[in-house]
Amino acid sequence: MQLTNRAKKLEKKPMTLAERAYLPAIFQGLSITMRHFFMKKATVRYPEEVRPFAPIFRGLHVLKRDEQGRERCTACGLCAVACPAEAITMVAGERKKGEEGLYREEKYAISYEINMLRCIFCGLCEEACPKAAVYLQPDKIAPPRYERDEFIYGKDRLVEPVSPDARSVRGIQLTADQADTLRARLA
Amino acid sequence: MAKITFDGIEVEVPDGTTILNAARQIGGSIVPPAMCYYTPLKGSGGKCRACLVRVAAGSAKDPRPMPKLVASCVTPVQDGMVVENTTNEQVLNVRKGIVEMLLINHPLDCPVCDQAGECDLQNFAFEHGVSTTRYQEERRTFEKIDIGPLIQLHMTRCILCYRCVYTADQIAKGDRVHGVLGRGDAAEIGTYIENIIDNDFSGNVIDVCPVGALTDKTFRFKSRVWFTKPVNAHRDCPKCSGNVVLWYKGKDVLRTTARKDQYGEVKEWICNECRFEKKETSDWQIEGPAHIDRSSVISANHYELPVLNQSVVADLPESTVRDLQQNPPLKLGN
Repeated sequence: MQLTNRAKKLEKKPMTLAERAYLPAIFQGLSITMRHFFMKKATVRYPEEVRPFAPIFRGLHVLKRDEQGRERCTACGLCAVACPAEAITMVAGERKKGEEGLYREEKYAISYEINMLRCIFCGLCEEACPKAAVYLQPDKIAPPRYERDEFIYGKDRLVEPVSPDARSVRGIQLTADQADTLRARLA
Repeated sequence: MAKITFDGIEVEVPDGTTILNAARQIGGSIVPPAMCYYTPLKGSGGKCRACLVRVAAGSAKDPRPMPKLVASCVTPVQDGMVVENTTNEQVLNVRKGIVEMLLINHPLDCPVCDQAGECDLQNFAFEHGVSTTRYQEERRTFEKIDIGPLIQLHMTRCILCYRCVYTADQIAKGDRVHGVLGRGDAAEIGTYIENIIDNDFSGNVIDVCPVGALTDKTFRFKSRVWFTKPVNAHRDCPKCSGNVVLWYKGKDVLRTTARKDQYGEVKEWICNECRFEKKETSDWQIEGPAHIDRSSVISANHYELPVLNQSVVADLPESTVRDLQQNPPLKLGN
């Protein structure tokens, strides 16, 4: 049954002698393959080799400490209200006596969670923060994981370690040399 | 009756009405802000100077302008008065100065303060102030006073509006146990404050406080106000009207406050039992979402439909229908 008149009738021509021989076509195809062996590769050998980050790259979040090593975050909730993806949740608590060296303000975040699957890395939390506590790092990405709940980053993975030696890049602990270079770059 | 012209709008009000209340009868954005004046409290007003306006003509009989700006909350109207508020450059400039004055000793700890998001001073500074500060000196500090398990006092945040003093005097009646000590820079709310705490209506000082100087200790650091959802509710209370707003986070009632009108003034005082002890949904009859101004950060919760079609939403409680008629939600595109 013909539904439209746009159908094209195909004519099956008999193959020529060259086509029937197959070999010229095989050589043509192989030459294309061979040519690609010597072309510039489009991929890099991750994770041994890493592409350079753009200078404005916004990656994994970090909760900064101040010069005295105290947590800057005061759980004001402005990042959470600014977040368009609603990826940030927090629970605030009151600082007790004797914890003045740990937290900068009277109030601090008991828990602070960012869901990296929801996060769109727009950087609005960074802009909203009145305490300069949350930053998106220009050199870190959220690494792939097997389980969804591993993407919910708590304070254990977000708060900046006290010394740069304890820092890691993509979960790999730095050697002393690497830490020195990092410290020099941070200074 | 007196006929006055406020910002070019004519309004007729009974004799003895203040300029501020005459402006509130017109309503809208021309109403002067008020930080210390509180309609339900007798004698309040005249302290913060936030409501200063220019009287361009004193009255029909004596049309000379008043020499200085006057506090509109304590100045009664006179027939033929011409008042300038938003139309006068001088008034707007002076208001910027008032914001600076009020913020001189106010610690800018809004990220920590529980009042942030519903703070009169925050709104006032945002709408009328400048975004920078010229103040470099040390701000005044006080020794911390613990006034019990229900109310938290932060004397550093106080702007000395005297509202809590009048509340203690007129609402939480009894001996006068609450006043302002010291003068000028050293003035502070009196230390008798412990005594009023036992009164059944002492919790109302939390609602009248325009800043975070008096806050609910049972709500302390529990949540920011914009993550909680206000719901109108009532209960049969032998002491007070029982009409309150419950502030929910999930299924938990984090806080109970009195209902406030559009100028942030309490409609009906509530007792301490309703405010501090009844924190279960089963204690209350829920009426529906409380109306929040669309410009408020609290409405970031989207708990209320921007355009509520009553004929579509079945079984709305009568009180919600009434509330919606009185405070219609803004239509989209308005």
